[in-house]
Amino acid sequence: MIVVENLHKTYSTGLGKKGKKGKGKGDGNHYGNGDGDVKALNGVTFRVNKGEIHGIIGPDGAGKSTLFRILTSLLLPDEGPSKATVAGYDTVKDFRQIRQIIGYMPGRFSLYQDLTVEENLNFFATLFNTTVKENYHVIKDIYGQIEPFKDRRAGALSGGMKQKLALSCALVHRPTVLFLDEPTTGVDPVSRQEFWEILDKLSEQGITILVSTAYMDEANRCTRISLMQGGRFMATDTPKGITESYDELLWSVEGERMPALLAELRVHPSVKTAFAFGDNHHVTVREGISVDALREHLTGKGFNKVRITPIEPTVEDAFMKASMEVLNGNE
Amino acid sequence: MKVLKFLIEKEFKQMFRNPLIANLIVFFPTMVLLVFPWTITFEVNNIRVDVVDHGKGSYARRLTDKVEASPYFILNDTPPDYETAMQAMERGEIDMIVEIPHTFDRDIVKQQSSRVGLAVNSVNGSVGLLGSNYMIQIVNDLSKELANELLHKTSHAKIQALPSLPRLTIEQRYRFNPQMDYKLFMIPGFFVIILTILCGILPALNIVLEKENGTIHQINVTPVQKAWFILAKLIPYWTIGLIAFIIAISVAYLIYGLWPAGSIFTVLFSGIVFIISVSGMGIIISNYSETLQQAAFLVIFFILIIILLSGMFTPISSMPVWAQAIASINPFTYLTSTLRMVYLNGSSLADVSTNLLMLALFSLLLNGWAVLSYKKRG
Repeated sequence: MIVVENLHKTYSTGLGKKGKKGKGKGDGNHYGNGDGDVKALNGVTFRVNKGEIHGIIGPDGAGKSTLFRILTSLLLPDEGPSKATVAGYDTVKDFRQIRQIIGYMPGRFSLYQDLTVEENLNFFATLFNTTVKENYHVIKDIYGQIEPFKDRRAGALSGGMKQKLALSCALVHRPTVLFLDEPTTGVDPVSRQEFWEILDKLSEQGITILVSTAYMDEANRCTRISLMQGGRFMATDTPKGITESYDELLWSVEGERMPALLAELRVHPSVKTAFAFGDNHHVTVREGISVDALREHLTGKGFNKVRITPIEPTVEDAFMKASMEVLNGNE
Repeated sequence: MKVLKFLIEKEFKQMFRNPLIANLIVFFPTMVLLVFPWTITFEVNNIRVDVVDHGKGSYARRLTDKVEASPYFILNDTPPDYETAMQAMERGEIDMIVEIPHTFDRDIVKQQSSRVGLAVNSVNGSVGLLGSNYMIQIVNDLSKELANELLHKTSHAKIQALPSLPRLTIEQRYRFNPQMDYKLFMIPGFFVIILTILCGILPALNIVLEKENGTIHQINVTPVQKAWFILAKLIPYWTIGLIAFIIAISVAYLIYGLWPAGSIFTVLFSGIVFIISVSGMGIIISNYSETLQQAAFLVIFFILIIILLSGMFTPISSMPVWAQAIASINPFTYLTSTLRMVYLNGSSLADVSTNLLMLALFSLLLNGWAVLSYKKRG
């Protein structure tokens, strides 16, 4: 349903004109190309099949929103031998057809706050030449939850309810492809859970969903995911495939004085990487060192009650590894 | 068409849920017309004068009385010497000093002439110029009176002996605005300001607000045509502009008795053509700004140029050539001139057709530019 090949997008910051002031920002930015322009997308390639939930996992500034805006025909990509189609329609040439068949939910709540819930929904239905009644079955599950508040102004809704309304508005014309740009950012855990349940149902109905998120725990709910950083896709696979292809020795380290412990781990010669993961540290180590040897070493440095356990990698570990590789590759 | 109707409906809903906008339609034209015409006047009144009378003779007294009786002057004080009066002027208490020499009465009787000293604070140029002119008129008046009186006192024979003096008098008649009332002259200009703000600036800010809120992206991913979207933004503001225009015309009639000497339909028709052109200008501003702050700055910049270079306050013919060139591509200029012609001169539709043609041309150019520069994608 979505085919993207070698997509590039460069934003001109206006700083790089004739190399005059380009040095300041362009060189400091790790994905700038030296003359002050920012490369938001740097050769993105992927493919999403019908009915899949494809997650794009990446931190802020990875280029997720830029990708979404190109695919929803709001933004033109750089010219060149690239390709981006949605349901077979080219995002540059066939933008009219694309606008008929997609639903888009931008990262920020952007419905009319001074219109009521029902008015917003009717409004977007009318823009697509349809009615709420005609497509009520599509939005029933979501809209049903906020329908008791249909006369309330959208601006007066809670965060979770706003998301549900925004999703209802994006679905009211029965799109075949749904673009959700960080739909759960700033939403409480219960509402996030409900939201993903709704997405599962939509995908069962055959709607293709492209969703971006900065929450690694949501990655497991996607059919396939792409890890994105610095305008590039570092890996694309099923969540299971991503974690299975993780080939490092991964240990979790817990103990007292966690910040000092992290610093100590990082200088150990057998430790490749060490990152803080909530209440423990995830450490990758070279072959040849044992759990006991590392614990002894730490005890010798004055860290008591250190617990070290080998663990299964998560998507977040895979992400950290991939982004370290990208960084090292750049150097 | 159904989409357009729904888009317009949405705009009206939002408009009336915003109490500020709803009130603006009625109060804005009313307040502008109730307050501003009184403040913007080129007449100079209430000039504060000190008269320093050294001689205190009866003729000097009559001059002082004449100053006091004049509607233009307020007799502030009669200090004993020039220095005291000068200090008062330096403190900003008075605008003008009239100094009457102690030989005033004697000179008039003996030599049939005398001199009066006049010192005017010209920091404010128009007070300086007009004030001294008014004062010269008063002094001339008095000298004419005194000449007549002296003539009566001389014997009949002597008058016969005098060579007959040719006399020229100018009789002034002000056409179209016989009382030279500046209010009547300015009010049509205020109509134009009201229309510019309601139909040019408000829709521009409204569109930029949709950009800031991100709602415009939601519209842009739908199949809605951009012309529909813009039209749906403008039609509500055209409507309220027209309502406000009618309110303004009524207020001008009820408060100032000002009704067009020409046809009211010519007035309304010209207003509509102007509304369309100025709203195009607003859309252009909104297309080139991403935030309300940028739009507000552009609006303030352009509104100053538009109003000052329109001939509303100062005649275009006395501006430098480059300013005249700007004024000639300013829609404001043409409606101000049209409304003044229809209201005061009683011009017909045919008389103002050149102005209307220019306005129609602006409407086409500005709106064409507005639609072309509105981009649904970046």
